[in-house]
Amino acid sequence: MPVISAEPIARDNEQRSREDARHDRIFRRVLKFCALLVLAALLGAALSTLWGGREVLFGDGLRFLLSDSWNPVDDKYGALAPIFGTLVTSLIALVLAVPVSFGIALFLTEIAPAWMRGPVGAAIELLAGIPSIIYGMWGLFVFVPFMSSIEPALSNTLGNIPLIGKLFQGPPLGLGLLTAGIVLAVMILPFISSVMREVFQTVPTRLKESSYALGSTTWEVLWDIVLPYTRSAVIGGIFLGLGRALGETMAVTFVLGNSYNITSSLLMPGTTISSSIANEFNEAVGMHRSALIALGFLLFVVTFVVLLIARLMLRQLAKREGK
Amino acid sequence: MSANSIYARRRITNVLAMLFSGCATALGLLFLVWILWVTASNGLHSIHLSLFTKITAYADQGGLSNAIVGSLLMDLMAMLMCVPIGVLAGTYLAEYANISKLGASIRFLNDILLSAPSIVLGLFVYVIIVLPMSNLTHGSISFSGFAGSVALALIGLPVIVRTTDEMLQLVPGTLREAALSLGVPQWKLTVQVLMRAASSGILTGVLLALARLAGETAPLLFTAFGNNFMTVHPLDKMASLPAAIYQYTNDPSPALHSIAWAGALLITLFVLALSLLSRLLFSRKKVRYE
Repeated sequence: MPVISAEPIARDNEQRSREDARHDRIFRRVLKFCALLVLAALLGAALSTLWGGREVLFGDGLRFLLSDSWNPVDDKYGALAPIFGTLVTSLIALVLAVPVSFGIALFLTEIAPAWMRGPVGAAIELLAGIPSIIYGMWGLFVFVPFMSSIEPALSNTLGNIPLIGKLFQGPPLGLGLLTAGIVLAVMILPFISSVMREVFQTVPTRLKESSYALGSTTWEVLWDIVLPYTRSAVIGGIFLGLGRALGETMAVTFVLGNSYNITSSLLMPGTTISSSIANEFNEAVGMHRSALIALGFLLFVVTFVVLLIARLMLRQLAKREGK
Repeated sequence: MSANSIYARRRITNVLAMLFSGCATALGLLFLVWILWVTASNGLHSIHLSLFTKITAYADQGGLSNAIVGSLLMDLMAMLMCVPIGVLAGTYLAEYANISKLGASIRFLNDILLSAPSIVLGLFVYVIIVLPMSNLTHGSISFSGFAGSVALALIGLPVIVRTTDEMLQLVPGTLREAALSLGVPQWKLTVQVLMRAASSGILTGVLLALARLAGETAPLLFTAFGNNFMTVHPLDKMASLPAAIYQYTNDPSPALHSIAWAGALLITLFVLALSLLSRLLFSRKKVRYE
């Protein structure tokens, strides 16, 4: 009988563990490479738009930012009108969506009976799943006519209030900054309300129960206990919605009227950065194209900052939870 | 002020707040129903067989077959790109870089990419793919279905990274310890134990990513451009359902509007079915994809 020596097995084991270690290294490198691609995508988006818009960004510099004339015929481009439109529509969207989202979150966390929370919450989140082009079509074919029918009434009532009255005076076109803002508000509503709902649920039950035991009403518990506890995350959620609103393209393009205006009336047509790009890019050449890519760069930078703030705010709550 | 009147005021404030919150929810639901109703009623009126058999070149006499094929093809190519990369990147975050600085910053930036404006991603792909291709081939290849699918992949990628990351973190640590104590190398542990354990969660992410990118329009306009004829060649300009809807909606002709509504209904059904499916598949844990 041949003697079986232990040596080959030991060598085999050693070789095998060396191989395993090598495979592990390769595997790890592949994974790391893929993860770095995510960074590359974000960095690439910033650098490529900066590069594509260099003629305008570096050639015109501040004039590009501060001029309000957008004139492809003379090849002169100023970003002020699209920036104005982007900010105004997003602001309208926030003003409308934040209280409504707050109401929805309140309803879904404190008021609704348990059986209702799941389905209603899911339905609200379904709003976020509808593609933006559908919002655009609905906006153009249904909501714009609706708005143009109520705008005269709006001008006659809100338009007479001193100071803010100016905002609501103008021709009842249906198209315009206000309409775009409302459509945007509907689009960002599910995002803000789902963040609010989620962070409201993180408030320790003990805190709420203590407050109820002292005789607080539901509203007082929410306003004095839940909201202070989740303040930073709620602001984060609002910024998240703002980030969405700033970059939204399709829904806005159809209902904004696309004219390079800076007006005091919200009923007038305007333009946003994203809708200018979507409308003009394929017909643009040379400087015009460069100006549009430069607009894209601006949009990217602004949304990046807004989303950065949003994530930092949201993280504060997670930190306190010890995550 | 007497105690009673303070009490009354507090009660009234509370009732008003409750009313407001009920109304807010009703308003949200109203918009949902309104939008879905308009899409369904307009879309159902204009769904015909010719929608699936004729191409967009016939305009109001035509259908959307080339756009449907183009969309399916680009979605498929985009998924082929973003699923492997996204799953591997998410695995790196969860398994290898969970507490490292690099991991934390990638996770953070991935969350930002998740909400980055899609039109900028379209511009990005235009600058890095469409322009160089057109320069290299002297303009014979410029906009292409390939470029479109890269743009779509960039939209799906962060969704998959995030869900994979979250789902793997839900796998109990004891599973890892058990496998490692048996001498299983880490890659084998990751692929054969952890990914299998988290597979339904990862699939949820894949479905969510598909739902998200299938409805995107803005990045396709200047990457895939559009095409009135049927093509399956990835380097041709390619039609897509959202871009065709965009084009038809901008047209004054009501006949084209009705085709656009039919396309809109198809996309909405597809996207909502996907998100419902992913919800059913993984109803226990909530997945965020804002």
